[in-house]
Amino acid sequence: MSEQRMDWTSHPAHVYPDYKSTVLRGPTKPLVAIDHTLSELTGPVYGHDSIGPLDDDLTKNGMRNGEPLGERIIVTGRVVDENDRPQPNTLIEIWQANAAGRYIHEVDQHDAPIDPNFLGAGRCVTDDTGRYRYTTIKPGAYPWGNHDNAWRPNHIHLSLFGPSFTSRLVTQMYFPGDPLLDLDPIFHGTPEGARDRLISSFAIDVTEPLFALGYAFDIVLRGPNATPVED
Amino acid sequence: MARRFQTPSQTVGPFFAYGLVPEQYGYRFTSIADHAVAAPTTEGDQIRIIGQVFDGEGTPIPDALLEFWQANAHGRYNHPADDRKDNLLDPDFKGFGRIGTGTSAEASFQIDTVKPGAVDDRQAPHINMVVLMRGMLTHAFTRIYFSDEATLNAADPVLAQVPEDRRATLIAKRDEALSGSVYRFDIHMQGERETVFFDI
Ligand SMILES: [Fe+2]
Repeated sequence: MSEQRMDWTSHPAHVYPDYKSTVLRGPTKPLVAIDHTLSELTGPVYGHDSIGPLDDDLTKNGMRNGEPLGERIIVTGRVVDENDRPQPNTLIEIWQANAAGRYIHEVDQHDAPIDPNFLGAGRCVTDDTGRYRYTTIKPGAYPWGNHDNAWRPNHIHLSLFGPSFTSRLVTQMYFPGDPLLDLDPIFHGTPEGARDRLISSFAIDVTEPLFALGYAFDIVLRGPNATPVED
Repeated sequence: MARRFQTPSQTVGPFFAYGLVPEQYGYRFTSIADHAVAAPTTEGDQIRIIGQVFDGEGTPIPDALLEFWQANAHGRYNHPADDRKDNLLDPDFKGFGRIGTGTSAEASFQIDTVKPGAVDDRQAPHINMVVLMRGMLTHAFTRIYFSDEATLNAADPVLAQVPEDRRATLIAKRDEALSGSVYRFDIHMQGERETVFFDI
């Protein structure tokens, strides 16, 4: 059985005081390492059967009486494991703020307009080569209460199960050149060498003429049998 | 083969409900999973698990997202890696559930499921959990065991790897005062009774 552990050179520690909410919510006792059993090597399977026809187009799935406002973007990339093996038929769940930086979630009290034609939630599934693609509106930055004049950089929330229980990943995709990244404790909670993996790149080959800008973002999941290598 | 490095985890944040548990919170989007891990018709002993998630000051957390992954009543996981033919697969039972703690006044959660069977010859019945919330940059893994399985719990190889004085944090207590099979499982993120979280 695999003895592999969470890769703490890639993932943020549970308590990162600059992100204030971690102080009372992150576990403080040592995690208990256990040998993997079938419980860790299996996991929920969600694929093509779990998405509807408009789920991968957030510019359409919330329409009531017109188009959502904001800058249309296409986001695409591959979901692979640490050995670069494609992860086909893998569900990605997506949620985000609208172009004004407002979430449709009831507890979001930010004084920016709700877009009646934008829900901000979607899903897509990877193809046989591990590639995914969805269309959305570029999310706006929004203020939050962590510290004085705190603003979250533009970001899209993503959730994936991957091949087993140990590959669960909830993350956020950022945009290149965002000046707020340097000031964001959530981004900075990530180990320094791993932060760049959270930033998408602008891709002219994904950009569609007269329609939408393209961004590329690969997602690397922990593999069930990742081979340790020396750097 | 090219070596790739894992995409880092980031917090689920406070606004996950309409994306991950939309029907529970009343949003116009379908949910892929909810509190009903099993249907009333699923084979096995129908059980309910209720509880709350507490922060380091003992305050119930109203914006946690909890996920549950379990074997069916025969101890079989609905996943290709579990190909044991001796344990019957129930194709209608996925074994996954998800609930946010934001729709009840007490920030509690409640799941309805069947009691999982023993997963192999050695493990006591248990449900695997992922705990996520605003204020957690990386999710945490834990397990729910059952107070009325004392004999199997005592022989469980995973519980055996947990310091003895912390094992009780992983055991859901059957509530005899309530009708039906109801268990209480509270999660303490910190403090004296901090729940055991696993490094897997
Ligand atoms: Fe966000």
